[in-house]
Amino acid sequence: MVVRDILEILEGEIICEGDLDQEIKTACGSDMMSDVLAFVKDQSVLLTGLVNPQVVRTAEMMDMACIVFVRGKVPDDSIIRLAESRDITLMKTRYRMFTACGLLYSNGLSGGTKV
Amino acid sequence: MSNAIHLHYEVSGEDFTRAGEASGLVKKTLKKLGYNSDAIRRVAIAMYEAEINMVIHAEGGYCDVDIYPDRVEILLADKGPGIPDVEKAMQEGYSTAPDNVRTLGFGAGMGLPNIKKYTDDMRIETTLGVGTNVYLTVIVNS
Repeated sequence: MVVRDILEILEGEIICEGDLDQEIKTACGSDMMSDVLAFVKDQSVLLTGLVNPQVVRTAEMMDMACIVFVRGKVPDDSIIRLAESRDITLMKTRYRMFTACGLLYSNGLSGGTKV
Repeated sequence: MSNAIHLHYEVSGEDFTRAGEASGLVKKTLKKLGYNSDAIRRVAIAMYEAEINMVIHAEGGYCDVDIYPDRVEILLADKGPGIPDVEKAMQEGYSTAPDNVRTLGFGAGMGLPNIKKYTDDMRIETTLGVGTNVYLTVIVNS
């Protein structure tokens, strides 16, 4: 799956465009950034309802190429600028966290760990 | 050691949104120097969590980073309140962070455990009312 597929599956809207052809192998859905940081997964997408610059910084540290804001949340300009400078794609989806994660899971994206 | 690259960053305790800037810059530097991505990620995550801790608990401080060919050493020093019970603070889920920090996505009691997980060596020197020094080492396998 690539970033472009996630956009399509979640009927998302691009807020900040990075590499839409970047391959995504796993996903992580959380509003707690320390939980995200606890499990390194390769080439992951982050789904979150949290909207602050630390979401982008967390993705940066984890080498995540894409962040999906659920429930249609929109980040402010400072967050968008931060993502632009890190070449991270930001998108929003009207789906809630559970549904957004479920849609990606049922389309073949896993959490990257067994538990 | 003479072949180390030394970096120094001040971490502001006033602006939570800027926490992580130093870690991002270190990450960028290591990338430029050609270190392997796994090691870079471990350094970045550990330092980022420690930086967040400094902002949440200690009103900022400074980071000294020494980059060697085979390892990265980081000192994070603050003049905060100190850690009363380090053993407890190392437990997953134990947190003394104020509630407002949780609304920002941190304060889940995962900071120090995460730092330990991603580093090869972690040492904490803390004195109540004086401050805390956290020493981290990440071994870099080429």
